[in-house]
Parts: sequence; C-alpha cells; structure tokens
Amino acid sequence: MPDVINEIKNNSDSVELLLNMGPQHPSTHGVFRMVLWIDGEKITGVEPHIGYLHRGSEKLCEGEQYHQIITLFDRLDYLANFNNELVYCQAVEKLMELEVPEKAEYVRVILCELNRIASHLLYVGTIGLDAGAMTPTMMAFRGRERIQALFEEISGARMMHNYFRIGGLKEDLPSNFSKLISELLPLLREDVEESDKILTFNEIFLARLKDIGVITAEQAISYGLTGPCLRGCGVDYDVRKAQPYSVYNRFDFEIPIGLDGDCWDRHWVRIQEMYESLKIIEQALEQMPDGPVASSLGRRLIRPPAGEVYVRAENPRGEIGVYLVSNGTDRPYRLKVRPPSFCNLSALEPLLENAWIADSVVILGSLDIVLGEVDR
Amino acid sequence: MEPLLLTYITLSDIQGIAITLSCLFGILSVIVLSLTWLERKALGRLQQRLGPTRTGPMGLLQPIADAIKLVVKEDILPSSSDKAIFWVAPVIVAVSAFMVWVTIPVSETLGVRNLELGLLYITAVAVVGILGLVLAGWGSANKYGIIGGLRSAAQLISYEIPIIMVVVSVGMLSQSLDLRVIVADQNPVIYAAILPLGLVIFFISGLAEVGRTPFDIYHAESEVVGGPFVEYSGAHWSVFFLAEYINTFAIATLVTILFLGGWLGPILPGIVWFLIKVYAVVLVVFWIRGTFPRLRIDQLMSFAWKVMVPLAFYTIVITAVYLFYDLPAWSLTLMSLVGLLVVGYFIYRRMVAPAKRAAEIRSRQAEQSARRRADSGVRI
Repeated sequence: MPDVINEIKNNSDSVELLLNMGPQHPSTHGVFRMVLWIDGEKITGVEPHIGYLHRGSEKLCEGEQYHQIITLFDRLDYLANFNNELVYCQAVEKLMELEVPEKAEYVRVILCELNRIASHLLYVGTIGLDAGAMTPTMMAFRGRERIQALFEEISGARMMHNYFRIGGLKEDLPSNFSKLISELLPLLREDVEESDKILTFNEIFLARLKDIGVITAEQAISYGLTGPCLRGCGVDYDVRKAQPYSVYNRFDFEIPIGLDGDCWDRHWVRIQEMYESLKIIEQALEQMPDGPVASSLGRRLIRPPAGEVYVRAENPRGEIGVYLVSNGTDRPYRLKVRPPSFCNLSALEPLLENAWIADSVVILGSLDIVLGEVDR
Repeated sequence: MEPLLLTYITLSDIQGIAITLSCLFGILSVIVLSLTWLERKALGRLQQRLGPTRTGPMGLLQPIADAIKLVVKEDILPSSSDKAIFWVAPVIVAVSAFMVWVTIPVSETLGVRNLELGLLYITAVAVVGILGLVLAGWGSANKYGIIGGLRSAAQLISYEIPIIMVVVSVGMLSQSLDLRVIVADQNPVIYAAILPLGLVIFFISGLAEVGRTPFDIYHAESEVVGGPFVEYSGAHWSVFFLAEYINTFAIATLVTILFLGGWLGPILPGIVWFLIKVYAVVLVVFWIRGTFPRLRIDQLMSFAWKVMVPLAFYTIVITAVYLFYDLPAWSLTLMSLVGLLVVGYFIYRRMVAPAKRAAEIRSRQAEQSARRRADSGVRI
C-alpha cells in the first residue's frame, strides 16, 4: 500500500500552490503581504513582504525640530498614540534631564492605560473577525469609541492627539474631566467583560486558537518577542515592572501570563491586561495630585545637550525603544525606533510551520501587528 | 386536497408550466428580499446597531435598493477566466436551489407539484448545486476561488450524508417520503418531540449545507475572501446571493416540515403557522451567525465524520428498534436524548478544560507576583 502512495506521489505532477495573501486582503491588518506556499490546505512555506507603508519616519525625524517629532510618533502605532508620544517625550526628557510635574505624569499614565485598553479592544474585534465572528468587532468598537470620545474631549483629536509635550502636557485637562472619566470607567469595564465573555471561552473560538501558533519561551526570547506575545509563553516580562518608568512603580497591578504560548494564551493575556489597566487607571485617579502640567523649558526652541540616550516603554504591542542621538542642535542627529510589531512579526515563519491556511489568519491576528509601526 | 397551482400543470402545456414557475420565482424573490432585510435587522440588533433605517419605514426598502444596485453594477468578466464555465456556474447553483422548491408544499393544499418521493427528490437535486460552486471556483481562474470551490465540494458532500440518514429515519417514522404525509403523521405529536436528535443533526448539517456560520468555510471572508464568488460581480454575483438565501429558506422549511409539524397548529390557517415556524428557524440561523466564529476545514470535516455520521447512524438504529419492537413513542425520545447527552457531555468537557487551565494560569501568576514582591527589586 505505501508503495502505491509513493508511486502516486512521485508520478503525479502535483505542485505546491503559491498563494499571494495581501497587501489587499481583508485580514492582513493593513498592507502586509504574505506569500504562502500551500499543499492542499497546509502551509509549507511563507515569505513575508513588508514596506508598503514605509514613510521614512526615522529619516523624517532628523529634519524636524524636537517638538514637531511628536506628531510623527503619533503615526507609528496609530492604535496607541499616547504610548508612542510618551516614549519619545521621555527620551528627550532623559537627554535634557528634565523634571516632569507630578500631575503631568499621572495624566500621562491614565491616558496611556486608556489607550492600551482601546488598542486591546480593537484586537479583540479583529481576532473575532479573523476567526469568523462579526459581533465582537461591533462590541469592541463601541468600547473603543467611548475612549476616543474622551480623548477628543481632552486633546481635540480622536487619534493623532499631539497632546504630550517635552516636559509635560500641551494643556491642562478639561474642567469636566473627572465627571467624564467617572462616567466612562464603569461602562468600559462592562465593555471589556462583554468582549471577554463572547469570545474567550467559546467552544469554536477555543478550537480555532488553542494549540495553534505555539512558540516556546526560549524561541520567543531569541526572536525578540515582547509584550503579550512573550507573556503568552509564561515569561513575566513587562517594562512597567522590570524597569518602571513614569510613575508606574506607585501602582499595584499584576502581569498576566499564559502557559503554552499559543494564540489563545496571547488572547487571554490581552484580555487580562485590560482588567489590569482599569485597575491602574482607578489607582492613578485616586493618587493624582493637583499642580502644573508642564515644566518650564526656558525657551521655545529646545536644544538638548549633545549625547545619546535609549529609552523604552511598554506599548500595548510590546516593548518600544527609542534611541536618540543629539548633536546639540534643535534637530536630532539620529533617531532609531525599536518597534514591537516589527520584532513580533519576525516570528511569523516558525509560527506558521505546519499550519492550515485558516490558521495563518488567526496567527497573524494574535500577533496583533500595526503596519504603521512595522514599516515606519 | 388537490394543490392549487397544480391545476395549471395538469393542462400539461408549456404556458401553464411557465406561469407556475414564474409565480414560484416571484414568490421566492420576495422571500429572499424579506430574508436579507430580516438578517440585517436581526444582526444589527444583536450587535447593538440599528440595521437599515433610511430607506423606507424601518429600512424596508433596503433590499430593493440593494437589488437595483447589484443589477445596475458592471458585470466584470476576468480576462483569464474560462468564460463558458464562468457564466454557467451561477445558473447551475440557482437552478438547483430553485428546483428544490418544486416539490415543497407550504400548506395542505398549496404546492407546485406533490411527489410521492418528494424527500428523495429534494436530497438529490440539492446536491447538484455543489457542482456549480466548484465550477465557479475553477472557472474564475483565481486561487482563492479554486480553494473555495474545493472546500465547498468537500464540505457539502460530507454533510450530505448525515442529512440523508436523518431523512431516512424520518421516512421510517412516517413510512413515507411524501412531505404531506410526513406532516399529517405529526398530527398529535411533532417529530421534534419524538426524535430531538434528528432535529439537531438535521439543523446543524443544514447549516453546513448552505454554508452558514459557523460552517461558512468555503466563502470565508477572512481567509479565501469569498471563495468561489471572489471574481463575480453585479448580476451574476446576485444570482449566487439569491441561491444562497433560497437554500437557507429551504433548509428552514425542511426543518419545519420534517420536525416541527409544518403547517399544523391551532386557530390560525396552515400557511400562517408554516411561515411563523419557518421564519423562527431562519431567525435562529441568523442568531447563530451573530454569535459564533468559524470552524477550520479539518475541524469541520472531522466533526462531520466523527460526530455527525455516527450520530445519524445511531438515529437510524434507534428508529428501527422503536419500529421493530413497537415501543411507545417516549422510548424513542429517551433514546435520542441519551445520544444528545453523550455528545453534550464531551463538548462540555472540552469547554471546561481551558477554564481549569485559566485557573492554573491565575495561580501561577499570583505565585510569580508574590515572588516579585519578595524580591522587591528591579528585575530585568
């Protein structure tokens, strides 16, 4: 019998099918392109193509004044704008050895955590769509919309806020902020719980995500995965705990981890992180002092002293790093970003090993990449 | 007892057949329009949206606007496609969906043609539609289309088997394949009460047969971007769309006739009861669409062959035992409930396993954070 099978295999002119997925494909999360070699329904090879959204952000930064770069950082990970602004501002502040007022730090943390929830909610929606469920998307977007309405009230923009400044914030919070956020938080908790309930333990969702796209902790570390993708493997590494920045060491929160490093564990970690973020926001609101929100820079045009600095922070997608070199002028000499999505995406090939076509979509969704950050 | 529309056909002239079939086509088109509206509204409400509201009262004219848009749109023929196959495929799909309706009665006296082997005819004709899907995928010369077409062949043929076996057990119960006899036989007790297992198998396999969530694998939007339909546009796409909704309605109708007692019911006339039941089943289909993700192709196939087919065999066996020993009806109910419970237990076990795992993760997490607090230093 095996002879017959081998004979058929050797004599048949069956070839692997080359399937081009993207850049115009509904579930490649933007303009990512995968070239898949498939044998029936199984994937035998993958070749990722990136760069369709390349704007040369890092080079652009070299031609802009320090304050203007904040707007460029808004556009890296366009689902977590505040987190990006924060890491850039911290880099310049570290270079200038600038003190940021207490209140500004707290506002930054609150906004970043809200942004983390918004980003993870969007992830829940997209993983639902990737797995074929359309309702979670609508529910998740409703929660995200609430957060964005608050952001608009604060900064005037729903997405590209340009609200953080080197040494503080653009302006103080609106006078009705405490009312708005006390209305928002219970609704937000409901939204998070709802998007948790509809998907996480759904039988079909489990069948689609459990034991799919498994990566071991060693492999994850060697590929440089960070964020929920790394924590899904059981490594409790979070920059907010490992190297606390801003005022994160004043809050009591857990680092959610997974066990198996599969798609479902990554999903689980993100869901739990939303609850933890809510905890952080509540504590920050309690502790927030009154006072100024921006430190005096002395002059409008800042010229940090010559030198270099590397600053990192925990974005919703993982660890973002900014390497900033100044030569003492009003524009940076070099600015390098270590984007979490880009590094997480590098693990695509081992993850897609032996996967089905349908899995490729879910695995890519569970990595939760943002092409604006991958391509820069 | 003589069907109303049948009178035209007994004239056995072409004119009569043409009139009957165009009547049927008109009625089915109206039903499809109502279904699209209902689906959009139901899904909207499930997702905290309103659904269509602007076109007409409660958006009632939305399906008509959609239909006009589809027909007016440019019909694109891909240059590398196999033109004959590309044009014929939607016709095959639509005709087979349409032909099923020739023998389905909607009340005691209303139906196009009553066949004594009605159920056999329905199961036979419905399968032809698969050919159209495969051809559509092949003819459009698109890789996603080919994958989708082959998926549809695998899926629909696998789920045809449990459907046929359940149909056989229903035929054994009523001792007839005539749909009107089957309904008449359910007069005191509907088959859903006698054979709940059959209802479940038939409904789930029916969902797979019409490619509805969670079995919408061959046209999965996030994987194969519409599968066989990916290259179709305008009027030809709308033919597929029409066929899909006619099929959905047909499956709901068959569930109603075979298990829910068709047009039987007190006070209201038969046709009203029939429509109420069918639309209720259709709403359940939409409800499932608004709730569940999609299965993967291998899970779908193993579900068909490892769960549905054995269960369908079990259905036939218990029906045979019930008939052979002339047992009371409740014994059959009991036997099929046992089958359901066994499967339900296994599904339950698979569902609670990750919850246990989550508890394990939580405890490990607490352990880790306790250790971190004990360290109380910065850890990298």
